[in-house]
Amino acid sequence: MKHIRNFCIIAHIDHGKSTLADRLLEYTATISQREAQAQLLDNMDLERERGITIKSHAIQMNYKVGDIEYNFNLIDTPGHVDFSYEVSRSIAACEGALLIVDASQGIQAQTISNLYLALEHDLEIIPILNKMDLPGAMPEEVKDQIIDLIGCKREEIIPASGKTGMGIPDIIQAIVDRVPAPVGEPDAPLQALIFDSVFNSFRGIIAYYKVVNGEIKKGDKVKFINTGKEYLADEVGILKLDMAPRNVVKTGDVGYIISGIKEAREVKVGDTITTVARPSLDAIQGFEEVKPMVFAGIYPVDTDEFEELREAMHKLQLNDASIVFEPESSAALGFGFRCGFLGMLHMEIIQERLEREFDMTVITTVPNVSYIAHTTKGDEIIVNNPSDLPDPSKLDSVEEPYIKANIITKAEFVGPVMSLCIQKRGIIVNQSYLTSDRVELVFEMPMGEIVFDFYDKLKTISKGYASFDYHQTGYRKSDLVRLDMLLNDEPVDALSSLIHRSNAYDFGKKICEKLRELIPRQQFEIKIQASIGAKVIARETLSALRKDVTAKCYGGDISRKRKLLEKQKKGKKRMRQVGNVEIPQTAFMAVLKLD
Amino acid sequence: MSGIYIHIPFCKKACHYCDFHFSTSLQYADEMVEAICKEISMKRDRIAGNVGSIYLGGGTPSILPQAALQRIFDAITHNFSVAGDAEITIEANPDDLTPQKLKELKALPVNRFSVGVQSFFNEDLIWMNRAHNAQEAETCIKRSQDAGFENLTLDLIYGYPMLTDEKWLNNIAKAIDLKVPHISAYALTVEPRTALAHAIKTKKQTPVNDSQSAEQFIILMKALTEVGFEHYEISNFASPGCYAVHNTNYWKGVNYIGIGPSAHGFDGQNRYMNPANNTLYIEKLAGNKLPEIVEELSLNDRFNEYLMTSLRTMWGTDLQKIKTAFGNDFLEETLHNLRNFQDKDWLLIDENKIRLSQNGKLFADHIAAELFIVND
Repeated sequence: MKHIRNFCIIAHIDHGKSTLADRLLEYTATISQREAQAQLLDNMDLERERGITIKSHAIQMNYKVGDIEYNFNLIDTPGHVDFSYEVSRSIAACEGALLIVDASQGIQAQTISNLYLALEHDLEIIPILNKMDLPGAMPEEVKDQIIDLIGCKREEIIPASGKTGMGIPDIIQAIVDRVPAPVGEPDAPLQALIFDSVFNSFRGIIAYYKVVNGEIKKGDKVKFINTGKEYLADEVGILKLDMAPRNVVKTGDVGYIISGIKEAREVKVGDTITTVARPSLDAIQGFEEVKPMVFAGIYPVDTDEFEELREAMHKLQLNDASIVFEPESSAALGFGFRCGFLGMLHMEIIQERLEREFDMTVITTVPNVSYIAHTTKGDEIIVNNPSDLPDPSKLDSVEEPYIKANIITKAEFVGPVMSLCIQKRGIIVNQSYLTSDRVELVFEMPMGEIVFDFYDKLKTISKGYASFDYHQTGYRKSDLVRLDMLLNDEPVDALSSLIHRSNAYDFGKKICEKLRELIPRQQFEIKIQASIGAKVIARETLSALRKDVTAKCYGGDISRKRKLLEKQKKGKKRMRQVGNVEIPQTAFMAVLKLD
Repeated sequence: MSGIYIHIPFCKKACHYCDFHFSTSLQYADEMVEAICKEISMKRDRIAGNVGSIYLGGGTPSILPQAALQRIFDAITHNFSVAGDAEITIEANPDDLTPQKLKELKALPVNRFSVGVQSFFNEDLIWMNRAHNAQEAETCIKRSQDAGFENLTLDLIYGYPMLTDEKWLNNIAKAIDLKVPHISAYALTVEPRTALAHAIKTKKQTPVNDSQSAEQFIILMKALTEVGFEHYEISNFASPGCYAVHNTNYWKGVNYIGIGPSAHGFDGQNRYMNPANNTLYIEKLAGNKLPEIVEELSLNDRFNEYLMTSLRTMWGTDLQKIKTAFGNDFLEETLHNLRNFQDKDWLLIDENKIRLSQNGKLFADHIAAELFIVND
């Protein structure tokens, strides 16, 4: 146990975490350079394309100093706010953390919040200044930021470059010298902290854990304390480039267990594994049920494909326990599912995975957060769907979730960032200068306001120089209304949204304008209206199409025109009809991007 | 009988609305004519039997000097057998049809002109960036008729912002007065990457209004049919029997070969497309290679093309032909699709033919798309 070093990497997206990790794997000969397919740790296509690690993984490296062989367990962490609970569990499994900061960009909000998590768990922080090879590197300024933040000594910061390999031996040495060995009771009953799980189509769910106390042996009958379920440990082992089976995984080490579990839902990150024979009475602290934050309807573009969609959603759930869904139906979109996601990125990922892995093209409706409605009768209703909001006559009050948002930006963008947050009903609670040029702003904001396009807007107004992180702080009473959209007086349920009354007029007007742009003109006039209850608050008119005929149809025009009309016909097949109006699928999505 | 289309990719000026392939520089005209003649000879085996129609389009074929046109016709007669009664059309702009030019054209086998009049109003012609004026538009027709070219068609455009209904009626009346047997009238279409599209995008020009265009289409149909023209295709009107042979063959699926940059050909099964690039075209042929790209048409493609083109003509779409040429499944699905139109007055269905009503003509594309059969 003395020679085990468990550590994670804290870094902002694009600060070079994966490249640096690859260097460590190469340096410790865990992989050869040839095997080092760029950014090995991120092994989903999607992850590599987006340059972010969506699901955490772990890998063991062996490194000899003299006669002593050290076991390094690198636990990878996802780098997006949507997955902050998973990050906290990965951190809880470590004794040390490499804090990687891009020498040309400085510290970002995401880094700070994960760093605080690491400090809370008493992790030893090894600060690393990465991308030193870049011409734009400003090592001294960024070192100042790091010192301010963690109070380390200047010389403790290791300059490095994942690209050139600079600083890698220093980092390895620092892991040996500075990261404490895990502490635990080898003779105590087993307590292993699950920090991640993956789905393998042949072997079922593979759970990753750190043995905190005791040991886990192949063939043990184990119990997951929080779910209360029992399994047989068919295989246990450690995580090399591939899984390496062992007869036992001992105190302090990181390993995996395969026990024939079929659904990701049964393996909850943060749960504790113990043995049935000699159970630990306590679970490891910090377990939480992951709750979805954002809800949206997902519908097949082709109404016939509902069953295929159901199948696909179930398969997705096998390896992503954080997605929840239940069937719902919409007059406009037919049968689909109301789905809960961890956040907007998670929603986008699910949508993309449906397309890539299951070849399902889906329509996603306006997302919303989860509200609590109080009826006049005193009932409390969880509202995950605009249509669940009780009739105004029966509604006493509504509560909406609030977040604390941390934004770090350059001083010059403070003004625009503030106006954006205030426009989103944010209240500033703190503003502090990290350096003369970097400001941290803390806001209390309704979570519903960041669901739409907040992050995109923030990036735009700050020219990319703003980072953002948040956590939920509880519910507050709010003046919320349901905004309905009508086309020729027919309500389009899939376009309804829950919104603060003060924003409803502006939002309604924008949706009307956007729909006018996106709905193709038809042979009759189309009235587009936004309403709250019976009251119409915005209106646009789409004039009737008078003529739809090509002027010239000679030699070369024929196949060109045929293709155009074929495309039109295919597009039309995918349109949804509400009353007499045909609505293209883009219209259902476009409300997400209004300006 | 098969046809030959020859694309002459040169113009004096670029009309603001035009997206056809052309160059305003005649620098490589000789090389182009050379390449065209070579392509003609390389495609000599593509037509078995007589050539029934030849069409010189562009661009502006009338911009070429007599010698160049002569070379092209020599190449054709050398490589193909042209029927004695073949329709041989050349597109000409009014400013090119000088007495001298007419004399030269007389010496060629040309027997039909397609004259790009567009409007009889100067301000319109300036707006379009045409090379001719209103006076020339009128006199060139009379001059051509006096020179013995009776088989004329003229092009008009409607639906552009400065054309009032009154002016439009005026243009139609002038065209009727000129006693030509054939008139093509096109609704102005804003094509991408044209000066017009750019002007609209940058708000220097008001967008085209489809209400005006629809109104003027209705005016056109009424005015021309009243004086005896037959509305035989969406944009084409002819005195009985004076239909354009070459163009009608496009809509009847007759074979034709395409010569020149951007020209298309059709052999009944596949379409052939030359690149819309003069230099590339000349280079390829200089290296004795045909520059064409082949597009194979599936049965569905051919059905959709038949439907789209036949529906636009007064002869309509033949349900019997759908059955014999495409099979019973196509007929069944067509009959099924036709049910969507029961409550509209767009289609006239009789004697196994589907024809567009006057109202239907305004929505020919929409109707064709509805009747298309596409695989997902």
